[in-house]
Amino acid sequence: MDFSTISSVSLITSLMVAATPILLAAIGELVVEKSGVLNLGVEGMMIIGAICGFIVAVETGSPWLGFLAAMAGGAAISFIFAVLTQYMLTNQVATGLALTLFGLGFAALLGHSYAGVKPPKFGHLDIPILSDIPVIGPLIFSHDYMIYISLIIIAAVWYFLTRTRGGLVLRAAGENHDAAHALGYKVIRIRIMAILFGGAMAGLGGAYLSLVRVPQWTEGMTAGAGWIALALVVFASWKPWRIILGAYLFGGITVLQLNLQAAGANIPVAYLSMAPYLVTIIVLVIMSSDKKRASLNAPACLGRIFHASS
Amino acid sequence: MKLLKTLLTGAALAVGLSGAVHAAEKVKVGFIYVGPTGDFGWSYEHDQGRLAVEEAFGDNVETVFVESVPESADSERVMTQMALSGTDLIFATSFNYMDHVMNVAKKFPNVKFEHATGFKRSDNVSTYSARFYEGRTVIGHIAGNMTETNTIGYIASYPIPEVIRGINAAYIAAKKVNPDVKMKIVWVFTWFDPGKEADAATALIDQGADIIMQHTDSPAAMTIAEEKGIYAFGQASDMIQFGPNARLSSIIDNWAPYYVNRVKAVMDGTWASTDTWDGIKPGMVGIGAFSDKIPADVQASATAIKDALSAGTMHSFTGPLNKQDGSVWLKDGETADDGTLAGMNFYVEGIDGEVPQ
Repeated sequence: MDFSTISSVSLITSLMVAATPILLAAIGELVVEKSGVLNLGVEGMMIIGAICGFIVAVETGSPWLGFLAAMAGGAAISFIFAVLTQYMLTNQVATGLALTLFGLGFAALLGHSYAGVKPPKFGHLDIPILSDIPVIGPLIFSHDYMIYISLIIIAAVWYFLTRTRGGLVLRAAGENHDAAHALGYKVIRIRIMAILFGGAMAGLGGAYLSLVRVPQWTEGMTAGAGWIALALVVFASWKPWRIILGAYLFGGITVLQLNLQAAGANIPVAYLSMAPYLVTIIVLVIMSSDKKRASLNAPACLGRIFHASS
Repeated sequence: MKLLKTLLTGAALAVGLSGAVHAAEKVKVGFIYVGPTGDFGWSYEHDQGRLAVEEAFGDNVETVFVESVPESADSERVMTQMALSGTDLIFATSFNYMDHVMNVAKKFPNVKFEHATGFKRSDNVSTYSARFYEGRTVIGHIAGNMTETNTIGYIASYPIPEVIRGINAAYIAAKKVNPDVKMKIVWVFTWFDPGKEADAATALIDQGADIIMQHTDSPAAMTIAEEKGIYAFGQASDMIQFGPNARLSSIIDNWAPYYVNRVKAVMDGTWASTDTWDGIKPGMVGIGAFSDKIPADVQASATAIKDALSAGTMHSFTGPLNKQDGSVWLKDGETADDGTLAGMNFYVEGIDGEVPQ
């Protein structure tokens, strides 16, 4: 066994890469749930984003346009969910599951002729001098741009939810939609905007997978990442900063166990693979053991249908 | 309720009968795949076999397939559905479908089943597999010659005999030409998860591997190898489009001749439960074209090995070989019997680490 072969710098870099897709999808879902809507279609929106981003990046040669298209694609498919659940008042759980199935199938159809195509390379931050500092350079100043953007998005969501009037209104819709409605806020409109944001972020996360983490298109390539993102929102107890912690922890466990194995450590792989889910269950148990805590964090109207006349 | 049942049975019978009239000569063949047909690896090649069946028999055959079927009770449901809808022959193309195939086969004695890479058989269940380890011997030989860091990275899926056999075969061949070679093995516990496969490749490369082998289904590792400028081998499919510079060669599964034969046997009424384990010689295991990155002398010796395996003058597991714990497995000149190979659950001497339990 030789752990000296594990370089902590490259370990941290690859854990950030592994964590970014679920980080983006989770921060989107957090906003959706904060507005009182449970959208289980994250996996479907991610894979649609993955293929939309891939197609546009390949056709235009620009990964940036690809990421934009992924956001548009994710938002577009989430709009189906929005119309069904907000106007037609369908069951959110069932509609979300249907969205996942639809997304997986539709993405396979769209991507039929894109397997084996190479996407354009996405750039890394490269600041002269700063990026060349040993350890700190590769650790802080030379990731790909989307990693910085994902952290900025987290900060922006935190600021929006806790420091702005708009965020307060959105949370009001999630905590008590009747009261929000009585105060004259347009609950349905707020929720639709939140759902679209969630779709765009899931799409962005999916495109990060197909353009940066794996750089290729393969059917079903999200392979359950959307479900981890959903678990992550609960793990983070609906707090934006904890999404970073959770995503890097989840991504970190995966990357660390692979590296430990490569270094020859004899570790129980199967148990480590299920660790993220176990941790989520433990967090759920801890949260629900203290009633006050749970009710403080989970939006009170999560998953409940709002109808103005009722 | 009873009336409804009678009506339904009647309807089912009518459908079944009319189906029988139409299908007097038409054989219906079902396939279930563990991944998407577009994985460009394992499931893709099985689907190529299905297309070959369609091509060979045209209007006399009808094929159906279901992709991304989990290796759980779900597969039982899918196979039952297929059997109920008049399928004559069902190919179940992943190892862990095994017990589910046996369960369904017991319920439908008139439907014939073919299970890939398994070892349980009955009157209406055949098994078939390819001697992928022969391919591993060839690519192990190439890798042993070409690694500069003396470190080969191996992405393994599940600790089942087929995967362990591949690791051993590749290691033995690499060690023969390069006594200093080390093999780093990473178990990912999935057949198909491009993100995780890519992370595993990155971890191996970060730790000094300059050649990657994989026993998972997607071309993710090949893509990463291409990006990092190291070498890799195509798995199940050629995968050259994912790594034009990285790909040295590949092990290609060619199921088409077997599938065509078995469907023919059903048509002729000669189908019987068998156990097929074919290698390079009948073409079930193909070796992809060698990249020009491989030096000419290595190409020549690799070709010689391939030919010897095909001719049967060489066996991938020839003694003297010890097990990992140093105990003697094969004496000088002795070759492994198929029974031991089919149940292989140990590493050979020289490989570090333990097989996960």
